Amino acid sequence: MTQPLVEVSDLTVTFQGTPPVHAVNGVSFTLAQGEVLGILGESGSGKSVTLKTLLRLLPERRTRIGGKVAVEGRDVLALEGRALADHRGGVVSMIFQDPGLALDPVYTIGRQIAETVIRHEGVSRSTAMARALEMLELVRIPSAKRRLSNYPHEMSGGMRQRAMIALALACKPKLLLADEPTTALDATVQIQILLLLRELQREMGMGVIFVTHDIGVAVEVSDKLAVMYAGSFVETGSVAEIIRDARHPYSQGLLAANLVGAEPGALLKAIPGAPPALHAPPVGCAFAPRCELAGPRCGADPLPLWQARGDRWARCVAAAEAAVPSHAEP
Amino acid sequence: MAVAQTDIETLATADKPRGYWSGVGRRFLKDKVAVAAGCVAGGLILMAIFAPWVAPQDPFDGTMIRRLSPIGTEGYPLGADELGRDMLSRLIYGARLSLFMGVTPVLIAFVIGSAIGIAAGYAGGWVNSITMRVLDVFYAFPSVLLAIAISGALGAGILNGLLSLTVVFIPPIARVAESVTTAVRKLEYIEAARASGASAFTIVRAHVLGNVLGPIFVYATSLISVSMILAAGLSFLGLGVSPPNPEWGLMLNTLRNAIYVQPWLAALPGVMIFLTSISFNMLSDGLRSAMDIKQ
Repeated sequence: MTQPLVEVSDLTVTFQGTPPVHAVNGVSFTLAQGEVLGILGESGSGKSVTLKTLLRLLPERRTRIGGKVAVEGRDVLALEGRALADHRGGVVSMIFQDPGLALDPVYTIGRQIAETVIRHEGVSRSTAMARALEMLELVRIPSAKRRLSNYPHEMSGGMRQRAMIALALACKPKLLLADEPTTALDATVQIQILLLLRELQREMGMGVIFVTHDIGVAVEVSDKLAVMYAGSFVETGSVAEIIRDARHPYSQGLLAANLVGAEPGALLKAIPGAPPALHAPPVGCAFAPRCELAGPRCGADPLPLWQARGDRWARCVAAAEAAVPSHAEP
Repeated sequence: MAVAQTDIETLATADKPRGYWSGVGRRFLKDKVAVAAGCVAGGLILMAIFAPWVAPQDPFDGTMIRRLSPIGTEGYPLGADELGRDMLSRLIYGARLSLFMGVTPVLIAFVIGSAIGIAAGYAGGWVNSITMRVLDVFYAFPSVLLAIAISGALGAGILNGLLSLTVVFIPPIARVAESVTTAVRKLEYIEAARASGASAFTIVRAHVLGNVLGPIFVYATSLISVSMILAAGLSFLGLGVSPPNPEWGLMLNTLRNAIYVQPWLAALPGVMIFLTSISFNMLSDGLRSAMDIKQ
């Protein structure tokens, strides 16, 4: 049997404090080798927190993590010391939103990549530098050799993000986490970076989890999508399924709030209201206060699920009810 | 192909990759005031090192005949002090002890204070709170008073003077180190380093230290002038250097009685202290702006 690359079940993350914040509430998904999952959601929906859990990057003392997180069958939440250091950067690595902030300003690009390679593979500095050069060429940084001795502030945003990707891929990770890697870039550079990521992903056969709030970006790179709201996945499915046939009102709202096909001069269709504060774990549907279809039955716990396949489902009362007759037909 | 396209701007700068420090040097050299201050400070240091060759007379050799000769006396261009010793030579030799008392405590405090501050800042939480509250106790005293109190308790002497000044400078340096480290610790590249599997030690050594030492160093250079003035103050009170050693603060003290007879002569050690402290201050200001990448 083929083991999934990533297996997350019933993940909950709570930040302790006054008041506490229930950032992630029961997220489950699996990701196969070489697959790209896009997690789509607005700010504060728990996307980044979910990603950081996979690397155990959240502050240990103030965070309570429940559920199970496994990468290649290994329990990430139980990793300690050396094993954790090998996991970070070796098996799983991450590219960050703003490469201007995520690269250390006092070291050259080459040195930063080489450091990581030395740390994980114990090779000599010259071998590591050769690898760094190879990586910069792989991400198509022009005149890569000279770029090795550049400092981050001497590069443009797009080049920096390429360098960041080179750094993340330097140790040939099995899983790449991308936390809104194109948000800080302008539109033309954005598409270049996305194409590059997609290509490298295919070439290296990596699994990628791509977090974004931009539905266009998510569609560009992903195989399957998960729509996240208030710390839970509300709908998952393949890209095509979600784009053509979104079942959850929130996913439909996200799709409607798009510039494509908008009438000039007409107001964009926005979802009214703001996400909940999550000081307590949500009961029933967290989206109900902003939902047009909300009714008293949306407070049910657990919520009924509309499910077509293992990973094609939406957690919504209305979707479940609407689907009953069509499913009863055949 | 779109992905392989290069932007011309980045190619142009790629031709000559410049290091961070060469950039700092370039910006520093553009700052005329800082360069001038650096020359003065460098000159003073050279003067102190080569004092035996530079000084025209023996700084300890005095006669009653020449007591308080005015500035411009034949063979004694800056006159002679209350014991008839050559003022110029004493000022030149005085630079040795004065600079030593200015630089050494700051240097030691820089090492200890940075270590404390960076450790506290990186650890965060209650470790940070306890360390910083303890340092705050030292902060409650004015620095002059604290230096005098410690020196007074330990007794006169150069070593005790050094010790008291070091203790005075550890808290402010640790405080700056702590605040810079706390700011750096929250930055994304620290998290990125953790995400790539770096150990806590590696992160502190490479990523925290590299980004934090510059600002702390610049702050420490601004303390050199304060240290010199404090050291002069201690000597003035008889707590630091003891006679007949030439030291500017001490000379200011012993010449104090002559202020009605030879006011210009009595002011000379003060002029040296002023000159040195202002040149170190401007030098540190220049360094600060040269090291600021964001401008």
